[in-house]
Amino acid sequence: MMCEEWNGFKEGKWQNEINVSSFIQANYTPYEGDDSFLKGATARTEELMKKLNILLKMEHEYGGVLDIDTATVSSLTSYAPGYLDKEKELIVGLQTNRPLKRGVNPFGGMRMARQACEHYGYKLSDKIEDEFKYRTTHNDGVFRAYTSEMRAARRCGVITGLPDAYGRGRLIGDYRRVALYGIDALVAEKEKDKAALAADLIEADTIKLSEELFQQISFLKKMKEMAQMYGYDISRPAATAKEAIQWLYFGYLAAIKEQNGAAMSLGRVSSFIDIYIERDFEKGILTEEGAQELMDDFVMKLRMARHLRTPEYNELFGGDPMWITEALGGMGLDGRTLVTKNSFRMLNTLYNLGSAPEPNLTVLWSCQLPEGFKKFCAKVSIDTDSIQYENDDLMRPIYGEDYSIACCVSAMKTGKQMQFFGARCNLPKLLLIALNGGYDATSGTKLGPEDEVYAGEYLDYDQVMERMEKYRAWLCRLYVSAMNVIHYMHDKYAYEKSQMALHDTNVGRFMAFGIAGLSVMADSLSAIRYAKVKPIKNEEGYIVDFETVGDFPKYGNDDDRVDLIAKELCHSFINELRKTKTYRGAEHTLSALTITSNVVYGKKTGNTPDGRKAGEPFAPGANPMHNREENGALASLNSVAKLDYNDCRDGISNTFSITPEALGHSEDERIVNLYMLLDGYFAKMAHHINVNVLNKETLIDAYNNPEKYPNLTIRVSGYAVNFHKLSKAQQKEVISRTFHEQI
Amino acid sequence: MIMGKIHSLQSFGAVDGPGIRFVVFLSGCPLRCGCCHNPDTWEMNSGKEMSAEEIFNKLIRYREYFGEEGGITLSGGEPLMQAEFCIELLERCKAAGINTCLDTSGCILNDTTESLVDLCDLVLLDIKYTNDEDYLRYAGCTYREVLNFYELLCRKNKHMWLRQVVLPTLNDTSQNYDELRRLKDESGGLVEKVELLPFRKICQTKYDAMGIEFRFKDIPGGDGKVKLL
Repeated sequence: MMCEEWNGFKEGKWQNEINVSSFIQANYTPYEGDDSFLKGATARTEELMKKLNILLKMEHEYGGVLDIDTATVSSLTSYAPGYLDKEKELIVGLQTNRPLKRGVNPFGGMRMARQACEHYGYKLSDKIEDEFKYRTTHNDGVFRAYTSEMRAARRCGVITGLPDAYGRGRLIGDYRRVALYGIDALVAEKEKDKAALAADLIEADTIKLSEELFQQISFLKKMKEMAQMYGYDISRPAATAKEAIQWLYFGYLAAIKEQNGAAMSLGRVSSFIDIYIERDFEKGILTEEGAQELMDDFVMKLRMARHLRTPEYNELFGGDPMWITEALGGMGLDGRTLVTKNSFRMLNTLYNLGSAPEPNLTVLWSCQLPEGFKKFCAKVSIDTDSIQYENDDLMRPIYGEDYSIACCVSAMKTGKQMQFFGARCNLPKLLLIALNGGYDATSGTKLGPEDEVYAGEYLDYDQVMERMEKYRAWLCRLYVSAMNVIHYMHDKYAYEKSQMALHDTNVGRFMAFGIAGLSVMADSLSAIRYAKVKPIKNEEGYIVDFETVGDFPKYGNDDDRVDLIAKELCHSFINELRKTKTYRGAEHTLSALTITSNVVYGKKTGNTPDGRKAGEPFAPGANPMHNREENGALASLNSVAKLDYNDCRDGISNTFSITPEALGHSEDERIVNLYMLLDGYFAKMAHHINVNVLNKETLIDAYNNPEKYPNLTIRVSGYAVNFHKLSKAQQKEVISRTFHEQI
Repeated sequence: MIMGKIHSLQSFGAVDGPGIRFVVFLSGCPLRCGCCHNPDTWEMNSGKEMSAEEIFNKLIRYREYFGEEGGITLSGGEPLMQAEFCIELLERCKAAGINTCLDTSGCILNDTTESLVDLCDLVLLDIKYTNDEDYLRYAGCTYREVLNFYELLCRKNKHMWLRQVVLPTLNDTSQNYDELRRLKDESGGLVEKVELLPFRKICQTKYDAMGIEFRFKDIPGGDGKVKLL
């Protein structure tokens, strides 16, 4: 295959097959310098940003939603083209016909769409209500198959966050394919794959795949139509940097018009785009200022992406994030860095447009990264609190050199792997249910194997572990089955046609499970083992509280006695999950990631043996419990680093807050110390860290005077949020977290 | 084996010497400085007993964070009070190639503290005042004793950072700064920098909890910024 849009590119395998990684390796220019080449925002960018900021302010004043189109079902071509400023925009395309106006997407479930409209003072139109009377949504399907036990586990919250009422998300289309190949070549490839199945249409799986390919092809064609409405012909490959960004953005836009998945991540596009920018530089048709302007405009579009959510959803996740995750940096398998000038430009948008939670900029950290890039990342972290770091040296050997991050911490080979996302198990709640012999005292629900309430005067470690084993086995089987139901139905009723069209036909699948309350659970077991824990029963004879006498090692102090308990908790959980077969043969994975839901999980969980009181929040993700660290920041990082990524392939999230004063005396010292900290942490084979460099006083002031900090962005758990979009309870919890201070 | 009396261990010190440092706060101090922000380290016997091996085994777990510059810092309290123990600890560190740093008031000079200095790559020397009178009144030793220590460091070719907590109305005088400059200029490049640290009063709570008077409670606090002379 050869076409004129490829003139100037080096040849490779990518010309004969869909292979973006091969294209990148053959053509990209590694950059080892510093940030001095970067350019600020142009007058045009500033003008557009001013316009966008006014809209964002209005959106906030309107209670979080500016406008809803209640009469149109969101799809690729169902809205007229929309613009922020038709004359001045460089990259075009909005989800609906106006900026920040939200569309309705009832394919995941009608109830959610209806309630979301009502909450913001709208009513879902009769037209949509009628249309969907004759349609089965994902949500309908799931509840047809859910067992009463699944419902009970869901209701009492021992499993929470099952994606059974909206799009599952966590899929990343390889949007770069649209730019590199154009739609027509992608259609041809899919048609070839479909034809190859013809001889083999016997098993249900093959028939299903064949139908999916039909849908993929039809949505590729719709993508073309959508672009045409904006005046672009994306049937052919992109010919310039501007077109490359525009083309891949159309791919992404199609995905978010079609799907309201929880996390709609972008992938790893910056260094890909750099190749087009460098080619335009060479041709003399683009300047550095122009390149930055394109990236700024692109990011502005991403910052306008919205889904319509219910207040409950927003409460769980802290506003309405979309996890538009873009992975930056990392190293190639040949030892060259994958950092390009455009990795810097992407980070620079945080200066040019102001800091913001989206896109969720994720640096793939390697000890081998060029120093100039490490320093710039550290500087951006210190200035904006808007980026997160994940260990490329840990992931590259597993996923190769062209993987992306979905949502917060979920790695997958771009365009070659996808995941079935779902929920978390509340570990401390499971412990309480086990001790009460199959009874959840918080909700008054009986569930799980029936047993006697734990009878001894004190909790005996071995006996408790034996109970845990039994209840874990029960729960894991139930959890996998519930996930199988959900993803079977999602494929059936809300299949991601645009996104899957931008994956290989034979895609690798993960099924991503989660645990919450890891530190509370580890500390509780440590208390049972090293101190004396006396259960206290209520009148009905159920354990509702604990009296803990004596000291015990606490997770977060680099103390193996308890850290290895935490490690073992992950290990035994994933092993237990693996015993139950998954839908479509997906590989079981596990995360220690709570997003911001650690607050809600805590609310639903009774007193625990570690001394945490009923209703108090858990620590987020894999974080040690607040203020239990006694030996400072690195001890806390070392504890988290002991969790084994092989047990938690879906990610181990750690959120770290430090005051600027504790990081060093001067800006230069802070930059170097922060990157040394990252180098050290990742050399310990840790997986992920969110970095906030700020003072607790700033947060307290923002809590009390939100109007003073409209754009205060902080990292929470695998993503960033606007502080003012968190609920007051979540804000309080963030403030109560450990800040590593100067002593 | 000598046991050390340890107040606490801080795995992440980024402001006590270059790079990221594991800071050992030793218990016991012969001085009673009015500006002290760690009064809980004054009494030697309040510390926890630990062996040099125990501490070394902990700090070695942070080696990956040290890079070229970072390492261990002995602070307190006054590490010179437990010089023998400190020697044992730093010998292990040197053997493992870990950068060593001593944070001291310089108020004890004898053969043992001299040997300890030999094991240090860098000394953070506190110069609280630059005259005997203030030293005697607000700290409990003489400036001469501290100068002796400084001179020893010069003789031994030790790199130093001089540090001073700026105490408005007490030591923020031009004579004081002139004297600090003199120490720097006459060191022949051994004084790498002179850090002027802001006086912080958040330690008030420690004094309250211990039921002792914070003598400098009425001295105005600084602006929180560290300046270089």
